[in-house]
Amino acid sequence: MKPAVGPGQLLILIPAFNEVGAIAGVIHEVQAVVPHAPILVVDDASTDGTDRRARSAGADVLRLPYHLGLGGGVQAGYKLAFEFGYEYVIRVDGDGQHDPKYIPALLDTLRETGCHMVIGSRFQDSNGGYTNAVRAMGIWFFRLVLRPILGKPVRDPTSGFVGVNRQALRVFTGSFPLEYPEIEALVVLQRKRFQFQEVPCRMRRRQTGRSTITAVKSLYYIFHVLLGVFINVLKFERRRRKDAPREED
Amino acid sequence: MERLLNVTTVLSILLVAMVLFSVRRSHIRVEYSVSWLAAAVILLVLSRSSFALNWISRQLGLADPPLALLLLVFCVFVIVIYRLSVVISDLKDAHIAMAQRLAILEFQLQNRPANFNEE
Repeated sequence: MKPAVGPGQLLILIPAFNEVGAIAGVIHEVQAVVPHAPILVVDDASTDGTDRRARSAGADVLRLPYHLGLGGGVQAGYKLAFEFGYEYVIRVDGDGQHDPKYIPALLDTLRETGCHMVIGSRFQDSNGGYTNAVRAMGIWFFRLVLRPILGKPVRDPTSGFVGVNRQALRVFTGSFPLEYPEIEALVVLQRKRFQFQEVPCRMRRRQTGRSTITAVKSLYYIFHVLLGVFINVLKFERRRRKDAPREED
Repeated sequence: MERLLNVTTVLSILLVAMVLFSVRRSHIRVEYSVSWLAAAVILLVLSRSSFALNWISRQLGLADPPLALLLLVFCVFVIVIYRLSVVISDLKDAHIAMAQRLAILEFQLQNRPANFNEE
């Protein structure tokens, strides 16, 4: 992978942890859809040889020295993309749940609307796709919570199939949630008055492995994300009040 | 009451000794020993000064000075643990940033051009 040459360059970012069974397939699918875009796999210290499999499939690999979690890995990829001058980054999960055929739709939306973030949404056109009942309930709950905060509805706030432009990249290199980052990242951008769009897409079942969010972890997930959202709202409101010009000025 | 105060005195002295010993053996850095030493000294003073303890219990509206002592012990250790949580969070942030930087530098080294040293 080389630094971006010229404006408007796209990087595909694939965070992966122990995805040796799926990673090569995901890389080949991405290569088929966007053959000229460099692919960066962020290997979160996998122990099953995911990094070697990704390299042999033709991707560049940013290997973390120890396990940082999803947010830490994605942020590392964002930092490298920003330093290398990329204009757009689209994140595709390494487990095969995201269908790369929607990448051009995400990229076109970023380019044409000028929005800062685009979300591949499995509910935008009610086309759904695979999601389990517990997760569907969580998504419904967070839709309700986020509606007044974001000022507009978001159909699929937990989707990790997202694209960002360079302005959002700059924000995320400085501040990015470490655990369960999708919802908090949306709030971080919204508090900076950045815009997001949703693009309909279809999710698939993961090809191998298991989700990190088990039924037991679901409650912790809800509590953690709610707290993160609340803290972000408070943080940015405080900063906004501090930055606002005083009346006597 | 007297027994509780004596036990608190002994525990405070033990805490001071343990912290100083750990600092000497470099198990705790000096800057992180300050909270523990301050906590131990506060408890030591309160357990040996019935005037101070009675005054605090009156201020807190507690009829029983030992109850005030337990409440103070609780508060002191909550403050120490809170401070440590702040320190751990800062360390974790720094640790993550360092790991990311290390990974990026390693990536750049591995991907530098073959003739990099000749240029």
